[in-house]
Amino acid sequence: MENVDLSVGSGGKRMREFIKVVVSYLNNEILSELHDSAFLEMDGKIGFTTDSFVVDPIFFPGGDIGKLAVAGTFNDLVVSGIEPKYLSLSFIIEEGFPMDDMKRILNSIKKESIECGVKIVTGDTKVVRRGEAHRIYINTSGVGRLIRKPSLSLENGDAIILTGPIGEHSASVMVARGEYELEGEILTDCASMKFLLPLWRDGAIWMRDITRGGLATVLCELSKGAGVPILIDEELIPISESVRTLSEFLGIDPLYLACEGRALIVSKKEGSGAIISALKNSDQKQTCAIGEVGGPGRKGEAILRTRAGGFRLLEELTGELLPRIC
Amino acid sequence: MFDELRDRRVVTPLLSELQKIARDLSPVRIMEVCGTHTVTAFRSGLGNMLRGMGIELISGPGCPVCITPDEVVAGAVDLLIRQKDVILTSFGDMLRVPTSKGSLLSINPAPASSVRIIYSPEEVLAISRENPEKETVFLAVGFETTAPAIAYIVREAADKGIKNLSFITSLRLVPPPLRAILSSGEARLDGLLYPGHVSVIIGSEPYEFVPREFNVPGAVTGFEPADMLLGILSVLRQMKEGKPMVDIAYKRAVRPEGNKMAQELIREVFDVEDSLWRGFGVIPKSGLKLKEKFNALSTDARFNLKHEGWGVRGCGCGDVVKGKISPEDCPMFGKDCNPDSPKGPCMVSYEGSCLVHYKYRGIEWKM
Amino acid sequence: MCLGIPAKIIEIEQGSHGKVETGGIHRKINLSLIKDARVGDWVIVHAGFAITKMDEKEAMETLKLLKEMTGGV
Repeated sequence: MENVDLSVGSGGKRMREFIKVVVSYLNNEILSELHDSAFLEMDGKIGFTTDSFVVDPIFFPGGDIGKLAVAGTFNDLVVSGIEPKYLSLSFIIEEGFPMDDMKRILNSIKKESIECGVKIVTGDTKVVRRGEAHRIYINTSGVGRLIRKPSLSLENGDAIILTGPIGEHSASVMVARGEYELEGEILTDCASMKFLLPLWRDGAIWMRDITRGGLATVLCELSKGAGVPILIDEELIPISESVRTLSEFLGIDPLYLACEGRALIVSKKEGSGAIISALKNSDQKQTCAIGEVGGPGRKGEAILRTRAGGFRLLEELTGELLPRIC
Repeated sequence: MFDELRDRRVVTPLLSELQKIARDLSPVRIMEVCGTHTVTAFRSGLGNMLRGMGIELISGPGCPVCITPDEVVAGAVDLLIRQKDVILTSFGDMLRVPTSKGSLLSINPAPASSVRIIYSPEEVLAISRENPEKETVFLAVGFETTAPAIAYIVREAADKGIKNLSFITSLRLVPPPLRAILSSGEARLDGLLYPGHVSVIIGSEPYEFVPREFNVPGAVTGFEPADMLLGILSVLRQMKEGKPMVDIAYKRAVRPEGNKMAQELIREVFDVEDSLWRGFGVIPKSGLKLKEKFNALSTDARFNLKHEGWGVRGCGCGDVVKGKISPEDCPMFGKDCNPDSPKGPCMVSYEGSCLVHYKYRGIEWKM
Repeated sequence: MCLGIPAKIIEIEQGSHGKVETGGIHRKINLSLIKDARVGDWVIVHAGFAITKMDEKEAMETLKLLKEMTGGV
């Protein structure tokens, strides 16, 4: 089979051939039973999430839509205090999609799920006519055991920690799309953040992965959700030179660029040192505290001390991030 | 290269210097003409720090999207709705300006017509080449910084005999509205920060009428926080010494005579005309239009555009761009008009005063 | 209205175009608005065009002035 055609989605022989290929990559004892539903067992409270992936282009420096589909849902669970165990995997594929690309994506899904330690136990495939979808869309849902529910009961002095430099996923995708004819070596930060799991037993109070909307949006959600003021120092926020330059070229604020492998963690001040060390040991070398609960803002306000030393109020992302020149 | 220019270890002592001089002069009202200056001042929190020492920065008319009148956008809307096989291109913000019919991005175009966001005017040459069966239209907005690039593209299109490309030009000049603002006295200004990159092209000479006729000090200013403070420092010193001039505080990029090559290119392609501005009405000799010999490349001439249109009722952008009111004074600001549901270009453009004031609200700051 | 980025010329093609680099980002730009562009020159880029060469001596002067005023960074 060179390309995915409509018959792959129709339920017949071609579909079974296709599923055989999928299973050959993702094989585990639950999936191989190929029931309509997967039979699972878990003790205690569970957590459940879902996410869909429509990234364009589907292959970008450092990753692809397959890796993203696993890491994204895995991370959603992890930052919610849940240890992920099982994922579902659904494809909506545009007619004519090359099997070689499909295998590349399946390989990424395989690698990432092994890396995360999750099993893909059920799935679905649909094929739509040419033009009705853009290449391939993926949905993953994930379920796992609750370790600890995040809390938004925060106090002045609580530390706000960031696991690494911001904006690399958005920047990498923008360059890969070649829309503004900017070239550069920017790799996505797309990664599953398994290193966050132990922190739930080591002092983490609240976490959020930084995706669409960027760091600024997460900071606003934190301060509004907890009903506290927070103060962040722009100088402490790690950002690579390339991402900074790209943002300037396009007139975009890097605080709103998406990541796919960075998290914001809140902990008590006393525990923050240990958390930062643990993360640095897990290869998150640029982890640092970027601010704390408190500061000159009112309840629900996220204030940024700018590089120049002034203060301004952070807002959630509004409208679309369009580059400007004028 | 210029990290120091944004660093608080440089900015804070600079502010102290300013405060020493401002003490005897405040309150001071300085207009920063360029939208990019507005963004810098707010993003860095500088505006607030300056207010704390009695220096008020007032946004001027230097946002090309903001001062482009509804009539121009209406012409583009008219084309997109009724003409098929058109690719309408422009810079991102321009495509989101709200009109009574919707924005260029939001309206339903005629069959096989579409809009495209571009970063550089050169892209329209490639777009027209790659789409021979369509008409590529470039809605070209800007001031003197952008005019040379547009001129270059127009000349290329003419030289190469490109038949499927045309231009809706909305290009204006910076010095004329400054004269209008100073003449009316409405903005009550003590000084001006001249736009650094417009001045790269036109030099500092075109602003000489300001100290000469109005006795107002000014400085050509760059765009990093420290650059803006150096510009303001120059203005304060001129005020203190009672010797207004046009100082260049952005010497690494601006020469008094400007970029002669770029000026010549503008003269080759454009004539100066009286131009309609949002808020100001018609300002004499304030706009650029295609010379007669390039008229074939004018979308207006080709398609006979109807420029009947109006914006959203109650929009205060006209007074904001003149510096007459600040965004907060507009009754719709932050209520009916906000970034998710903008009612005028000042809330759409990334450097529109209203959007900047909304997004980058500062807090009380004491030195 | 004036988004202009300083960048260094790393390549020149046919005299009218070139490639600039800054902070790890490259872009092809139009050099027709400036005279005698050379590899290694710093320029200010606006809308894909170099609108002027940057005067490095003046840039250093500005940094020196700031250093004197602020006691160095």
